[in-house]
Amino acid sequence: MSTGNMNLTLKVWRQKNTKDKGKMVDYKVSNISPDMSFLEMFDVLNEDLITKGDEPIVFDHDCREGICGMCSMFINGRPHGPKDAVTTCQLHMRSFKDGDTIVVEPWRAKAFPVIKDLTVDRSAFDRVIAAGGFISVNTGNAQDANNLPIPKAQADAAFEAAACIGCGACVATCKNASAMLFVSAKISQLALLPQGQPERYKRVQNMVAQMDAEGFGNCTNTGACEAECPKGISLENIARMNRDYYSAKFVSEEEG
Amino acid sequence: MGSIANAFSSSIGKKLIMGLTGLFLISFLVVHCFLNSFVFFDNTGVLFNEGAHFMATNWIIRAMEVVLMAGLLLHIVQGARLTFQNQAARPVKYAYNDGNANSKWYSRSMGLLGTLLLIFLIVHLAQFWTVSRFTGIPTVDANGHEDLYAVMKGTFSNIWFVVLYVLAMISLAYHLLHGFASTFQTLGWNHKKYTPIIKSLGVWFSILIPLIFAAMPIWIYLGL
Repeated sequence: MSTGNMNLTLKVWRQKNTKDKGKMVDYKVSNISPDMSFLEMFDVLNEDLITKGDEPIVFDHDCREGICGMCSMFINGRPHGPKDAVTTCQLHMRSFKDGDTIVVEPWRAKAFPVIKDLTVDRSAFDRVIAAGGFISVNTGNAQDANNLPIPKAQADAAFEAAACIGCGACVATCKNASAMLFVSAKISQLALLPQGQPERYKRVQNMVAQMDAEGFGNCTNTGACEAECPKGISLENIARMNRDYYSAKFVSEEEG
Repeated sequence: MGSIANAFSSSIGKKLIMGLTGLFLISFLVVHCFLNSFVFFDNTGVLFNEGAHFMATNWIIRAMEVVLMAGLLLHIVQGARLTFQNQAARPVKYAYNDGNANSKWYSRSMGLLGTLLLIFLIVHLAQFWTVSRFTGIPTVDANGHEDLYAVMKGTFSNIWFVVLYVLAMISLAYHLLHGFASTFQTLGWNHKKYTPIIKSLGVWFSILIPLIFAAMPIWIYLGL
């Protein structure tokens, strides 16, 4: 762990717009505090670029506390960088050493086209959600506690699936650019709860169909998504989605 | 309607076909390995030829051979399609991707391992299957059965074929190391109670079956 300030070399993907071919560009950053987050280091670099009259690097970010799912950098060959279970905004420069060269790329997938530099269009995820990731009931006022009894293990599993922030790291790291971890989490969080039952088999068919239509690849169970997910979403969700999908297609009378 | 038809063309359906045909091919490996292991127990080849004769004349086995070929073909065609589709899902590759940080190389190389196995299978079928089914085996053994064992001895007197078979079995081991456990995940059988059992069973299967197969050409080459 470094204590003094660091000098680093960055290799960053620059791409003007969706049409541009894009290329890797080298940048030097100096006097970086190890306590800075990775995004703050990029802020420093961008200040530098603006002062010099260059175009700053465009990157997605919002809450900067690991819950919004906006930040999306592929750092040194891994989504959200070298640490497990953190987003890029929670990655600190103390995870790197003085003099390091860091490669920073956008998420790469046909379904996530680059808009500019490190920002990609993740609206494919929104369309998957719009295809069925909801429940069509008026929720009304808050119910009495325990009105709908849900076993603790079930509630926990639903909560763990619901922790997905939709950042797209699973797609980014998957060798097939498959979105199955994301889609299965969004299906599971509803399939595990009583409120999700009426549309359960319709939902899985529609969301899988939309996922395929968006051009994501096919899952081959390498497990890279689970290993890289900043929220620790489990492969058990994909197995559950598979089961629900088979039930929907081969047993249920619900059409997608 | 038509939901069952389009079920198999979806991403999950395509996985299901790979998993089911894979599981079927695994069951074939068990039978094939069991019968071939007769070579270890009788170096006159009579026992082995007995097994081969049973396989060649039993009508259930003959019917299953057609199913096996269909299953194998489906596994190959579907595997190739998936590989190309999955490559197309990432048109621009990463300049630097640290795959080993989050997954096993053999899990990411199923297409390559499968291609190596296909090359081996073409050689293997040409050497034994076409001979026993079509072109005919020239000699008979003491029991009057076609002497497939003699064909095997002839083939494995060449060290390069022994090397090829051993290398192919290493490919098979890695292919199974991913494929065995992966099949159950695809079928939706993932649970903390039994997934660890499936995984360790998969590791044992992936080592044991290819090891027994690889031992056969070596055994025969050494004249044991």
